[in-house]
Amino acid sequence: MSTTVSLNDAVEQEPERWESQDASTPLLEIKDLHIGFTTGQGVVQAVRGVDLNVYPGQSVAIVGESGSGKSTTAHAIIDLLPGTGKVTGGSIKFGGRELVGLGRRQTEDLRGREIGLVPQDPMSNLNPVWRVGTQIDEALVANGFQGDRAARKARVVELLGEAGLPDAEVRARQYPHEFSGGMRQRALIAIGLASRPKLLIADEPTSALDVTVQKKILDHLEGLTKELGTAVLFITHDLGLAAERAEHLVVMYKGKVVESGPARQILQDPQHEYTRRLVASAPSLASRRIQSAHERGKQTDEQLAAHADETAKAAPDVVVAKDLTKVFRLRGARPGTHTDFTAVDNISFTLPKGRTIALVGESGSGKSTAANMVLGLLEPTSGVVTINDQDMATMSGKQSFAMRRRVQPVFQNPYGSLDPMFSVFSSIEEPLRLHRVGDRKSREVRVRELLDMVSLPQATMRRFPNELSGGQRQRIAIARALALKPEVLVLDEAVSALDVLVQAQILTLLNDLQAELGLSYLFITHDLAVVRQIADLVAVMKDGSIVEHATTDEVFDNPQQEYTRDLLAAIPGASLEIGG
Amino acid sequence: MLWYIGRRLIQVIPVFLGATLLLYALVFLRPGDPVAALGGERGLPEAVQAQIREQFHLNEPFIMQYFYFLKGVVTFDMGNDFTGQPVAETIANALPVTFQLAMMAIVIEAVLGIAFGLWAGMRKGKLFDSVVLVWSLLLISVPTFVTGLLLQIIVGVQLDWLPVTAGRDPNFYSLLLPSIVLAATSFAYVLRLTRTSVFENITADFVRTARAKGLSRALVTRRHVLRNSLIPVVTFIGVDLGNLMTGSIVTEGIFNINGVGGTLFEAIQRGENTTVVALSTVLVIVYIGANLLVDLLYAVLDPRIRYA
Repeated sequence: MSTTVSLNDAVEQEPERWESQDASTPLLEIKDLHIGFTTGQGVVQAVRGVDLNVYPGQSVAIVGESGSGKSTTAHAIIDLLPGTGKVTGGSIKFGGRELVGLGRRQTEDLRGREIGLVPQDPMSNLNPVWRVGTQIDEALVANGFQGDRAARKARVVELLGEAGLPDAEVRARQYPHEFSGGMRQRALIAIGLASRPKLLIADEPTSALDVTVQKKILDHLEGLTKELGTAVLFITHDLGLAAERAEHLVVMYKGKVVESGPARQILQDPQHEYTRRLVASAPSLASRRIQSAHERGKQTDEQLAAHADETAKAAPDVVVAKDLTKVFRLRGARPGTHTDFTAVDNISFTLPKGRTIALVGESGSGKSTAANMVLGLLEPTSGVVTINDQDMATMSGKQSFAMRRRVQPVFQNPYGSLDPMFSVFSSIEEPLRLHRVGDRKSREVRVRELLDMVSLPQATMRRFPNELSGGQRQRIAIARALALKPEVLVLDEAVSALDVLVQAQILTLLNDLQAELGLSYLFITHDLAVVRQIADLVAVMKDGSIVEHATTDEVFDNPQQEYTRDLLAAIPGASLEIGG
Repeated sequence: MLWYIGRRLIQVIPVFLGATLLLYALVFLRPGDPVAALGGERGLPEAVQAQIREQFHLNEPFIMQYFYFLKGVVTFDMGNDFTGQPVAETIANALPVTFQLAMMAIVIEAVLGIAFGLWAGMRKGKLFDSVVLVWSLLLISVPTFVTGLLLQIIVGVQLDWLPVTAGRDPNFYSLLLPSIVLAATSFAYVLRLTRTSVFENITADFVRTARAKGLSRALVTRRHVLRNSLIPVVTFIGVDLGNLMTGSIVTEGIFNINGVGGTLFEAIQRGENTTVVALSTVLVIVYIGANLLVDLLYAVLDPRIRYA
């Protein structure tokens, strides 16, 4: 069973497989599908005339940003549209049978048995109160598994093992909260494939996971579905991932299919304007740091004049972290007992002025803990953080309050980091107010200025977060961070929650701001693809330690550590070549 | 799981000691000398007073008195009241009626509250849901003595379906109307809690996954929606069990039931400290027991707590 199939192999095989499948009828045939959601203002069309075919055993990916209607299309197939969603027109045929308007009983028979689903977020898709084994067993019972309790139990263990969980027998008796994200996703794959469906819908199956885990799981899923001959319909926002995992791509934009065809053809010769933008900004496919800002920076700022590695040393260090260690004391199983957990283990790094250093690692590597120590939100167990040669540990309350003006954070989730009760103006103004900067009038001027800086219209001021998109919110979070004219921004997964196109825009904005204001960035991310676009220096973290620390080019072109190489190989689409 | 139960049981001890100490101290601090008051206007002779003080340990320090009291609690010897009747007997007379009443009320509020709540939660925004919501709000906002008297007049007098009062030796039938009145407010709360909880769970990702597995609607509702929604509801019902067991002076008064509420009220009015402390202690134990039950049920319902 080959698990890693590079696109080239897939494309090579494609023509003949297409021939054979063209002759047969499609397994799934969607024609002119329309889906609407009823709202207070009438019916909103989320999907407007989608055509899509999936042949037996084929893998097809629907690519698009959030709101493009890709998930809605997929959920319509098994009649699981959320809320008021309804198919308003068109047809969905599965194995020649019309699914639109199918009765409840028939739909229940179809689900699981004919069409399986691997959902998006492994954390919320397993019921926390039932054992994992029970939840798979349910699927077997519901889909008419022949056999008694013992036979089902054996089958559950077999399925979990097949999905790549070691110690499947023990695991089946555990609860979801005892599983890591990757393990839960494997359990969900086991559920999806439990009754051997002919079609598996994989809705962003790994977007919530670390890249290395993502690669393992997708490899496994690919091997498994190939072996079983299951057709797969991937839903993803990641073009690189789609191209690597599917033979056929369908690009959706605003509820319509704008382009479809063989994966390689779309990557190399995108026809539609939107696809072109998608290809251009896919982080996994980008090969270089965003340069435009630096080009401009060269003209405006002496300090950035020679943006080369040797000047990185010449620039003064704004942040110096030396021998940082953070030990958390965890409560043991019994009172009085405890275990020490070293989240950050003796790391050192420096951030030169006007540069970006990226702390990269998987979840649990200690990168966010390190960031919180730099922000002064966590006290290091040992080691020092100095900001402009000032030791944070020895600062008085007043000094550290003043220090906070110079180091500002931007967090991952733009939906959670803005107070929903605050208008955009209040959100951006708040730090100014707290630090007693200016009067109300001058603060308003500053807010307008900041909105200009992050390329938002000044009228945005009077709006509230729920009226804004994720990208707009993140711009506001950046504006708020910039309000006090800081020298350092700590960007903790600041673009991870955003769609690729928006992500590219925010990265460009950050680059421009850096050149304009001489900002230094501490960039925390799990996504190496993003690192290449923004960072000058990279520190790769694993289990609390820095395993590799070098310039971005060195890390990407000549990684020294096995772990770094694994991380690089796991970037989806890393093996792809795109033309143009 | 065993460890979890053990830990909860150990936690009961300081709670019990703290609650009874506070209770005892409050009564102790009450102004006036009970012994001096015994003899009425003229007062008892010094020697008799001293003897009584000696007998009831009243001349010993507070903390010693508290220990004598604790000793009484564990040996079920609560002492006698002023008329010489053992307090334990008074309690034994009042408790069973209140217990039966509380159990009937709990069953009514739990069964009907969860059923209506589930139904409303699954049809949020529809007519049934709105009607139920308005009614539950009405039940919550109308005081018990109004619903009590109203039902007494309509069901008991005009329709003559159920006995108007419970009387000296109440049976299931005569306690039915009072238990409905007692359950009314809690029923509304259980309903609303279940409704909200069901509505939250019904849109949860794991429910969609369960449907995608091919589970029938009934199974999805039972195993994934209702099962998960019960966790907060059980907490409420458990705490409510404590509340109902302490008796409802109003309901017991309306239906003429000699339960815990009435007995306690009388004892406080007459200044029967022994009875007040003893009865309150029993109620503390009932409360602690109810909360312990909730904690254990919690662990049964939610594995994340069991293994925490």
